[in-house]
Amino acid sequence: MQAITNSTTRYGWAAIILHWLIGIIFIGQFVLGFVMVRLTSQRTAFELIQLHKSFGFLLLGLIILRIAWRLGNAAPALPASTGALERRTAPLVHLALYAFQLALPLSGWALVSVSMLEIPSMPFNLFVMPNLPLGLSDAAENFWAAVHWYLAYAGIALVVLHALAALRHHFWLRDNVLTRMITPSSAPDME
Amino acid sequence: MYARIFGLAAMAACLAMPVLAAVDLNDAAGSYTVNPVSSSIRFSIGKVGGGGLNGAFGRFKGSIRIDNSDVGRSQVNFTIYPESVGTGQGRIDAFLRSDAVFDAANNPEIQFRSTSVTRTSDTTALVSGRLTARGKTFAEKFTAELGGLKGGTIKFHVTGKVLRSRYGMDVGTPIYSNIVDFDMTLTGKKG
Repeated sequence: MQAITNSTTRYGWAAIILHWLIGIIFIGQFVLGFVMVRLTSQRTAFELIQLHKSFGFLLLGLIILRIAWRLGNAAPALPASTGALERRTAPLVHLALYAFQLALPLSGWALVSVSMLEIPSMPFNLFVMPNLPLGLSDAAENFWAAVHWYLAYAGIALVVLHALAALRHHFWLRDNVLTRMITPSSAPDME
Repeated sequence: MYARIFGLAAMAACLAMPVLAAVDLNDAAGSYTVNPVSSSIRFSIGKVGGGGLNGAFGRFKGSIRIDNSDVGRSQVNFTIYPESVGTGQGRIDAFLRSDAVFDAANNPEIQFRSTSVTRTSDTTALVSGRLTARGKTFAEKFTAELGGLKGGTIKFHVTGKVLRSRYGMDVGTPIYSNIVDFDMTLTGKKG
C-alpha cells in the first residue's frame, strides 16, 4: 500500500504509472497527429482525428490528475551527487514539462472549439465534451492549429531531451534517477 | 341586408377559391419535368449536443407522372448529382464529395425510382421506391404533399428519412446522426 504514494527517496506506483502512461500516450499522439493530416483517405483521416481528440482529452484528464498528485505528494530528492546548476534548473525543467503537458491538449481543445467545421468532440464516443467558449473563425482556427503544431514539435523535442537526460543519469552518472521511475523498490538512493 | 352581406361573402369566397382550396391529386394528372431552378433538395443530419449539418444538392433532374385514373400507378424518377452538394463550408463539401461519403468521382449519380405511390389523403401520398447510392440499392419511402397546381406547373413538398449507413456513408456516426432528413420542394412543368 505504501508503495503507491511517493516518499522523499522514491516515487510510488501512482506517479510511476501516470508518468509512463502519459509518456506513451503523448508519443502516440504525436505520431497520430503527424499521420492523420497526411492521409489521402478523408474517411480514415476523419476517424483518426476523432481518435486523436479522444486521447487528447484522456491526456488532459491524466495530466490534471498527475499535477494534483504531484502537489499532494512528497517529491523524491535529487541524488546527493547532483551539481548546483542542475539542482537549480531541475525544478524549472519539470515545471516546463508540466506546462507543455497542459498546454498541448488545451491548445487542441481550443483548435476544435474555434473551427468553422463545428465538429463536436465525443471522447471515445462516450459523452459530448463541450467546446471552450471561444469565437469561431477561420483565423482563430489557423492560429490555434499553429500553436498546437509548434507546441507539439517543441514538446516532442523536450521529451527527447528528457529521455536523453534520464539515460545520462543511468549510464554516465550511474545514479538511480531512471530506475526510481521504473519501480518504487529500486530505491534507496545510492548514498 | 343579410342577403347582401352573404352575397358579398360568397363572391369573395369564389374569388379566393383557386388560391385557397386544397389542390386535388386527381386534377393533377399528367407528366411533369422537375425544374431544378425553382426546386430544392435540402438535407439535414443532426449532431450530438444539438444542431446539425445542413446542406443541399444544386444539380438534379426528375420526372413525375401522375396517372389520371389511378394515382397509385403514378411514377416518380429522380437523379441527384452528389458532386453538386453544398453546405456553405468548402471543406465539408470536399469531404462529402470524397470517398469518405459520396465518392462522387466513381458514383456520379444517386437515383430514385418509385415502385408504388399510395394516396394518403386528397393532397398527400406515400411514395415508395428504390434508392441507389454508391452502388447500393434499398427501399425507401418519402411523403409527398401537393402544394399547388397552376397553369401546368405542379409543386410538391417531399420529406423523408434515409439511413446513410446502408449506403456505406456511415462516417462520423455517432457524432453525426445516421438519419438524413430530406426536405425537398419540387416544382414540375407539364410536358
